[in-house]
Amino acid sequence: MYTQALNTSDGDNSHIEDAARSANFQARIDADERIEPNDWMPAAYRKTLTRQISQHAHSEIVGMLPEGNWITRAPSLRRKAALLAKVQDECGHGLYLYAAAETLGTSREELVDLMLAGKAKYSSIFNYPALTWADIGAIGWLVDGAAIMNQIPLCRCSYGPYARAMIRVCKEESFHQRQGFEIMVTLSKGTEEQKAMAQSALDRWWWPVLMMFGPPDKASQHSDTSTKWKIKRFSNDELRQKFVDATVPQAQFLGLTIPDPGMKQNANGNWEYSAIDWEEFNQVLAGNGPCNRDRLAARRKAHDDGAWVREAALAYAEKRKQRQHAQAAE
Amino acid sequence: MATPNMPLWEVFIRSRNGLAHKHVGSLHAADTTLALQAARDIYTRRGEGLSIWVVPSNAITASDPSEKGMMFEPAESKIYRHPTFYDVPDEVGHM
Repeated sequence: MYTQALNTSDGDNSHIEDAARSANFQARIDADERIEPNDWMPAAYRKTLTRQISQHAHSEIVGMLPEGNWITRAPSLRRKAALLAKVQDECGHGLYLYAAAETLGTSREELVDLMLAGKAKYSSIFNYPALTWADIGAIGWLVDGAAIMNQIPLCRCSYGPYARAMIRVCKEESFHQRQGFEIMVTLSKGTEEQKAMAQSALDRWWWPVLMMFGPPDKASQHSDTSTKWKIKRFSNDELRQKFVDATVPQAQFLGLTIPDPGMKQNANGNWEYSAIDWEEFNQVLAGNGPCNRDRLAARRKAHDDGAWVREAALAYAEKRKQRQHAQAAE
Repeated sequence: MATPNMPLWEVFIRSRNGLAHKHVGSLHAADTTLALQAARDIYTRRGEGLSIWVVPSNAITASDPSEKGMMFEPAESKIYRHPTFYDVPDEVGHM
């Protein structure tokens, strides 16, 4: 439906964006209208969204790796079937998002190539390893929980295709968090060793998950314009606080301890957490996390190993097209 | 080497008997067979559909959003096309 957007060249607009069109665009945003692919938009809006949606898509695809690693080692058929379905969903979410990103004029192939070349980012959380089965529980409970917190406001994002993709993603994502939490409940009620395994997973994932919401508001570089354009509806710190407040009682239910001895509830009922180690975040973002190289290498290998399939499929489609032309000519 | 582009398809799904096919999104595939299979995997993982159409995206002609004022003006100005335009005496009751 958005092919026109892919075909039109916006080259000229980016240089001479007249004030009237910009003002009209902002007025539409302020009136809560959705911007659609063929509508006029400022070049910076297009660029910001292409970056954000494609990073989001890359995150879904790279996010399949830490969990995919456990499919064959799931402790029961029920767990295995659920994990397989979850990882398939992540793939689907990546594809919805690539489709949304493409409507802005950059092809999926180009976006994927940028990621494989290490030129596009994905969520830093997936550069951490899933060391035990309990990590699968913690990922579903915390990583998907944090992702949902981030994604629900995006369902009302000003860009129509992104908002629609997020509605689908959010609908499917709630099973992910619940399956993770169920694993945590089972382990927490299990033997001492199982409970220790659950605690250790929480200890390792807690801080990286808080970092998923991005830099603190005072240091975030993209927030101001994104808020003005209604791409972003809540600040990083607001969403982080919402997540912490929702998660603390869940950890208490599990009988697990959040690895933050300084954490306390204030008069408003909000849980105040200790300072986050942003140096660690920056290091992981810069490519020095525990699994950055593994993740990119795995994606490149999958892409390269699949090259012959893509070539064969295109060659077969071409051959059939020519045969049909030949038959039609007879 | 840059990855070659796969053709783009638009996907339409009919959710239940009696309802029309509805646009649900797009995907890339080399041909119709692969497009249908990919549509099944991407857009119907939870029983969303009983029927799928895939259409090459470049086969669709769309109206120009910047001309939507002119395009849809005829519908805006003809209130006599709506039943509420007409007076029916109260005594007649529901019509």
